[in-house]
Amino acid sequence: MIEPLLDLRNIRKTYPSDSGKVTVLDGVSLALHPRQTLALTGESGSGKSTLLHLSGGLDQPDSGKVRLAGQDIGTLDDAARAAVRRSRVGLIFQQFNLVPSLNVAANIALQARLAGKHDATRAADLAARLGLSDLLTRYPEQLSGGQQQRVAIARAIAPRPDVILADEPTGNLDETTGDAVLTLLLELVAETGAALLMVTHSPRLADRLSARIHLSHGVLEG
Amino acid sequence: MLWTALQSLFSHWRRRPGQFAMLALGLALATALWSGVQAINTEARAAYDRAAATLGQDQLARLERADGQPVALQVWLDLRAQGYLVSPVLTGEIREGDARLRLLGIDPLTAPPQARTPALDGDLDLAAFFTGPGLLLVSEQTARGPLPGGLPPLREADTIPPGAALTDISTAARLLGRDDPSYLLVAPDQPIGLPPLSETSDLVLRAPEGGSDIARLTDSFHLNLTAFGLLSFGVGLFIVHAAIGLAFEQRRATIRTLRALGTPLRTLLLALGLELTVIATLAGALGITLGYLIAAGLMPGVAGTLRGLYGAEIEGVLRFSPEWALSGLSITLLGTAVAAAQAMLRTARMPLLAPAMPRAWAQASGHAIRLQALAALALFACGGGLALFGQGLLAAFACLACLLLGAALALPALMIGALSLVRPRGAFAEWIVADTRQQIPGLSLALMALLLALSANIGVSTMVGSFRTTFLGWLDQRLASELYVSAPSADAAARLMQALAPQVDAVLPIVSAPARLFDRPVDVFGVADHPTYREAWPLLSAAPDPWGQLATGDAVLINEQLARREGLGIGDILPLDGGRPIVGIYSDYGNPNGQAILSLSRFSEAYPAIRPTRFAIRMAPEDAPALATRLRTDFGLPDEAVSNQAQVKAFSIAVFDQTFRVTGALNVLTLGVAGIALLTSLLTLANLRLPQLAPLWAIGTARATLARVELARSLGLAALTFLFALPVGLALAWILLAFVNVEAFGWRLPMRVFPADWLRLAGLALVAAGAAALGPTLRLARIAPARLTQVFAQER
Repeated sequence: MIEPLLDLRNIRKTYPSDSGKVTVLDGVSLALHPRQTLALTGESGSGKSTLLHLSGGLDQPDSGKVRLAGQDIGTLDDAARAAVRRSRVGLIFQQFNLVPSLNVAANIALQARLAGKHDATRAADLAARLGLSDLLTRYPEQLSGGQQQRVAIARAIAPRPDVILADEPTGNLDETTGDAVLTLLLELVAETGAALLMVTHSPRLADRLSARIHLSHGVLEG
Repeated sequence: MLWTALQSLFSHWRRRPGQFAMLALGLALATALWSGVQAINTEARAAYDRAAATLGQDQLARLERADGQPVALQVWLDLRAQGYLVSPVLTGEIREGDARLRLLGIDPLTAPPQARTPALDGDLDLAAFFTGPGLLLVSEQTARGPLPGGLPPLREADTIPPGAALTDISTAARLLGRDDPSYLLVAPDQPIGLPPLSETSDLVLRAPEGGSDIARLTDSFHLNLTAFGLLSFGVGLFIVHAAIGLAFEQRRATIRTLRALGTPLRTLLLALGLELTVIATLAGALGITLGYLIAAGLMPGVAGTLRGLYGAEIEGVLRFSPEWALSGLSITLLGTAVAAAQAMLRTARMPLLAPAMPRAWAQASGHAIRLQALAALALFACGGGLALFGQGLLAAFACLACLLLGAALALPALMIGALSLVRPRGAFAEWIVADTRQQIPGLSLALMALLLALSANIGVSTMVGSFRTTFLGWLDQRLASELYVSAPSADAAARLMQALAPQVDAVLPIVSAPARLFDRPVDVFGVADHPTYREAWPLLSAAPDPWGQLATGDAVLINEQLARREGLGIGDILPLDGGRPIVGIYSDYGNPNGQAILSLSRFSEAYPAIRPTRFAIRMAPEDAPALATRLRTDFGLPDEAVSNQAQVKAFSIAVFDQTFRVTGALNVLTLGVAGIALLTSLLTLANLRLPQLAPLWAIGTARATLARVELARSLGLAALTFLFALPVGLALAWILLAFVNVEAFGWRLPMRVFPADWLRLAGLALVAAGAAALGPTLRLARIAPARLTQVFAQER
């Protein structure tokens, strides 16, 4: 049996609040295999983003195991988790999170360069595929939301990650633009052989992925 | 990876060159003022060291008379005859008008090698040096003059301190008109078998001096300069802290993204550290260049101050020293590290998932402002304790530091408190007050810098003003005589005094002798028993009928400096001329040395070799100009040998004003730095303010109205800062007058206030704040509506 790229086992996560600890994730387990695209849906506050952050090593669970490409990232220190992120994970945020002082070309190349995997030809190809070739010298503030999200996708795909984690990547875009962006994302994921875990509110978009799970009150359903 | 992270961080500055310029300018200015002051201090101290090393004073012991008078030539001859290795030195000063030259007459043949007399360097025309008319070795600066007339040929030698000339003892004797050496240099290794020198004569053996009297005397002046430099450096660091803090807040999202994309925290911190090091090095180099230019500009003034106040001769020229440049750069790096510490700590502690929305970087919570206020109270208490129980110059400066730092920390709480007293009418006014209260934490660093600069300005100008007013009153009192005359020799003076006595009300000889008391140089004066002194001499405290007691020859008056330094009071015995009771203490501003006054008859007995060459004339003031003319025409005295009261006063006031010119220049520079700090904060806050201003604009407030409010707010806050700075400045002046001056100069002055100066300074503060706010205000008035609507788009 093929080992999953992302394997979460019995994850529990709580946050402190004024009225004591709030349980955000309560015994969540999931596995994501190569080329699999999985939509994670749920209401606001159901723990979707927390689950995504734990998957990418941005946060650590109170208990349970997070294995990424066979490595238990829960046991790693900050530097080692950072190394896993830059070389194996591609992150796409709802707010794009581009570096405002870098132009489009530098933003696309950023993670690949951090990971030591920068390939100028690949970056140029990606830019062309995503319709960014004419915008390479522009800065994020000079781009529309759709353009910024395409830059973010290119940045996430450029280092050939194993897993792409997307947190409502079309949440800030209109329906047409959002559909176009998701189409591009799915095409590129398919080409690279990576796995995709995408948080979304939209059942319509979730239907376009190969599988869907629903998170409710910190527990996975379906 | 480090390089990529560095590039990403640096790209921020490429996109915001104005902000980079502010950071670099803040650092450069802080470095410039600090290193400029250090350059001046280093140059002056090097000059003192050169002077101290002259004739090996720092290595060779000396034999001299206990009363500071010359050693009889025969004593030297006797000691040489017994086999002791001692060498005579004859020192004295030649004056002619403003020109003066200190002569150091040596005997190169008997001088110990440690004296390093240039005469033996081998490069000198020994025949010309030893034989008439002799040769004077002087520094290049001294050779440029002005010099008294009638001197032998000069030859330049760079080891000679400024204002001095080294020559053969016979040449010095001829020029000074006396033969007896001032002291004897003692070779460290004396022939074996001879009894110790201290047992063979009545002379006192003084050990080599590590530093000169001048260096000790001027320590306080340099400490004052250092304190000012430190204050300016601190104010400059406020700019740096503000700029770095803002850059951190603006880059929160970038930092978060870099970390999310896999940059380890360690690498990120290293990149931030490297980024700051590069910026600090570049700005530091610029600052050192500026500092050098500032120091070179101030150096002639400082030289004048040191000459006027302490009689210290330093060259008015600055030399570049790599050590100084390196130490300036180190202090810049250290200052940057201190200013950046908070931002670095926040980066280190920032959770990876922290919100990326920028917030005002210094929006300290109410809790932090309360903590600051508590720290301020603790500092005030500490300062109060130091004022009551502290001793010494360091305690006085620590007290000043507590006061200034406490006031700066208390400022945000005081401002918020003051604003809570305002009762606005109308919704817009309510918004203005509430918004201003919200802005205070963000502007607090710049306002603190302004408070420091204004307080220092008020404090120092009050101190200088009090000093000047007291000094002028004191001069009016003390310069009571109508004419002051200098004769070319003691014999000429005697003849003149005899000739003038029948024509005027009184002729008062001015005669003094150098002496040593409590192992420090003092001047002993002899004064005649005359009503001029009884009526005009300003006594701070006195026994009954002090002048009557002085006239008997059995008592002594001393100046305030000597009394304070040695803890002497009325009735104490001064160990001078066999010991005499002190019957009066007089104020003596502008003189660093201790001074004692004996009656003229007692003085003549104690110092028979010293006869007056100067005297004062009492007469009807309206007749003084005619007599002055007659003295020049009939007695052939040069113009500068006869001065009237007004000329002496004008000269004294010129010396006084020169003394505080450097302080004034530093004052203005510090205020300039504070203005730039305010500009930095306003410029950088302007962008962060858009989310607060956009809704107001959206609901119907014109951009121009918002801009006017912003300008008025800046002016209002500057005015409020000035009001808080006023009591702080006055407290600063009180500490300067009551503690620092007493420790530094040896005199205490009454404090006076100058409200007209405050008004001028308040105007200056408002101009600085207005100028700082003008750019951001105009930008807001002309901002494109699209920028404001963008705020709402980003909030989706």
